[in-house]
Amino acid sequence: MASITLDKLAHSYLSNPKTDADFALKEIDYEWQDGGAYALLGPSGCGKTTLLNIISGLLVPSKGQIKFNGQDVTHLQPEERNIAQVFQFPVIYDTMTVRQNLAFPLINRRVPKDEISKRVNEMIKVLDLSDKADRKARGLTADEKQKISLGRGLVRYDVNAILFDEPLTVIDPHMKWQLRTKLKEIHRQLGHTMIYVTHDQTEALTFADKVVVMYEGEVVQIGTPEELFDKPAHTFVGYFIGSPGMNVLPCRIAGSTASVGNTTIELAHAYNVSGAKTELGIRPEFVYLSAGKNGIPVRIDGVENIGRFKIVRANLEGHAINAVLREGEAVPADPAVKFETKRINVYENSHLVRAGG
Amino acid sequence: MLELKNISKKVGNSLHINDVSITLEKGSVNVLLGPTLSGKTSLMRLMAGLDRPTSGTMTMNGTNVVGLPVQKRNVAMVYQQFINYPAMSVYENIASPMRVAGVDKATIDRRVLEAAELMKLTPYLERTPLNLSGGQQQRTALARALVKDAELVLLDEPLANLDYKLREDLRIELPRIFAKTGAIFVYATTEPQEALLLGGKTATLSEGRVTQFDKTIDAYNRPIDLITAQTFSDPPMNMVAVRKEGGKFSFKANRIEVPGNVAGLADGEYKLGIRPHHMLLEKPDGAAMKLDCQVSTTEITGSESFIHLQSEGTHMVALMHGVHRVAVGDTLSVYLDQNRLFIFDQHEKLVSAPVFDSQG
Repeated sequence: MASITLDKLAHSYLSNPKTDADFALKEIDYEWQDGGAYALLGPSGCGKTTLLNIISGLLVPSKGQIKFNGQDVTHLQPEERNIAQVFQFPVIYDTMTVRQNLAFPLINRRVPKDEISKRVNEMIKVLDLSDKADRKARGLTADEKQKISLGRGLVRYDVNAILFDEPLTVIDPHMKWQLRTKLKEIHRQLGHTMIYVTHDQTEALTFADKVVVMYEGEVVQIGTPEELFDKPAHTFVGYFIGSPGMNVLPCRIAGSTASVGNTTIELAHAYNVSGAKTELGIRPEFVYLSAGKNGIPVRIDGVENIGRFKIVRANLEGHAINAVLREGEAVPADPAVKFETKRINVYENSHLVRAGG
Repeated sequence: MLELKNISKKVGNSLHINDVSITLEKGSVNVLLGPTLSGKTSLMRLMAGLDRPTSGTMTMNGTNVVGLPVQKRNVAMVYQQFINYPAMSVYENIASPMRVAGVDKATIDRRVLEAAELMKLTPYLERTPLNLSGGQQQRTALARALVKDAELVLLDEPLANLDYKLREDLRIELPRIFAKTGAIFVYATTEPQEALLLGGKTATLSEGRVTQFDKTIDAYNRPIDLITAQTFSDPPMNMVAVRKEGGKFSFKANRIEVPGNVAGLADGEYKLGIRPHHMLLEKPDGAAMKLDCQVSTTEITGSESFIHLQSEGTHMVALMHGVHRVAVGDTLSVYLDQNRLFIFDQHEKLVSAPVFDSQG
């Protein structure tokens, strides 16, 4: 296991990058701790695969260094880095049994025989594949094959890190639940340094201790799931995390009040902002709908009942705004909204402004 | 109106579609919900006329269409993989079905521009598909399906290969866009959440059978049997095998009063289903079964916590609002509220469901 240091790392696919926009991965400076579970989260094209390829050694960065346990590995080949990788599609040998598939990475590394059988047996148990251990992989279902793929990554104890590249994308929802939980349990038991790349917020948030949110080549926030939910550092994080995402309303800020059109909204603190683009962010979970005059009047454009809750799509002074109603709560006839004051975030040029700052 | 009666499809010895009878109304949104290999694609191929059923009848507006090839039907289909003509511009890709149909130039131009606007493709009309992002490529395929003015639009997991957030946006727009065309809209997905967001009606599939076909929220709230309940739940519904004796259900040493509405049930084996967000950490006012559990994993999303639990060998998940930090291995009591139980009999048929509103 190893800590991974990203030392002023940046990458451009152009030979002569000039401006910031030429970089697929803008400068990142961060240290991943030994034994941590991290997720790289962002839409396609955000740079997460570029970063993953730099870590695995498929790509040499244009700038900066990558270090494992403080040692520079920037120019080492993938096979010299001692890392395991699990991909979106199962990478296994169809003609081998489950057991042989799991043993293969260890045989290759000349691990002693009894040690191999001990670890393989352990992994079979962890993955709940005991009844299929001696079956050929060919006849197994897609998710069982992906389990073997995960197992082939996890069976190596000596790796510096395990990298997962969208490992559950092709798995059915129910099985996703099981595999995700399994992965989390394994991480707890074995303590590998794990880096998990995904565009699926639920996977990222439930798996990782720290989530790295990327957008247009830039790391916009690194934080715990709670931090990303409560205090998105950038409006993109607010939008990307949460379903539906955070409401972002253009506003004017004067001390401790915000104005959206002709509507005045009280804030919990005073903010110092310049004349630049200012917005307020409020999550749908903290927009309360009520009847009558008690709040800001809104027009309701639609309601989606998704069982556990309802998403109310409303319009406030010409801006779309979503509210969430819990199961059993009715949509009021003469609707108005109230924001939970201490949950309002203020943004300047899309970046979070701290109170008083 | 597309009417399927006792449709079956056998391939070799395996029954891919098993006795399906459903009626899809004009201008309706219909979701086919089920896991991989449950028959969603097979059923769509039969509807499209790409495959011929082994038995059963299928009529479109009263006319028999069994045996009528896909070219002779007014059908549009979009697949999970982005399928476009790589050498043609986005404009020509969208225009192609109208060119084939011999539509006049001015109409083609108008309709392509309209569809491109709806699908947010206007800036990319001159590009070729391979120079577009995955989302734009799939929107091109969707725009082509839209201009075809088909009576039947079949979308087979069209958003599965797209980014999560893009999926969220398109999912809201698609039904609205297609509703305007008056077509019968059929949408296959593996995700319960997606079915709920699309609304309309949902047919749940399991091993080639349609287990239920109902208004989406009603199927979610009152699944007719255990397999439908499992198909239509994410996170998975918790199941506790109980025995009814007199006025009590018992699970090992744990007991709960049988709800009044099903007091007359015969004694015997039952299963209680409880959705994860109905698992309570505090005792509710009414009757409840208290279960002592061990925490096996916790997952915190920032706004919610999933707590995975073991009780007497049964695995369960509790979904809690807000952040709940509990350590793995801790013991915890959860309560199953009498008013929140789905009750299934020994044949796995629903005998009682909690009462929810179907608004929206």
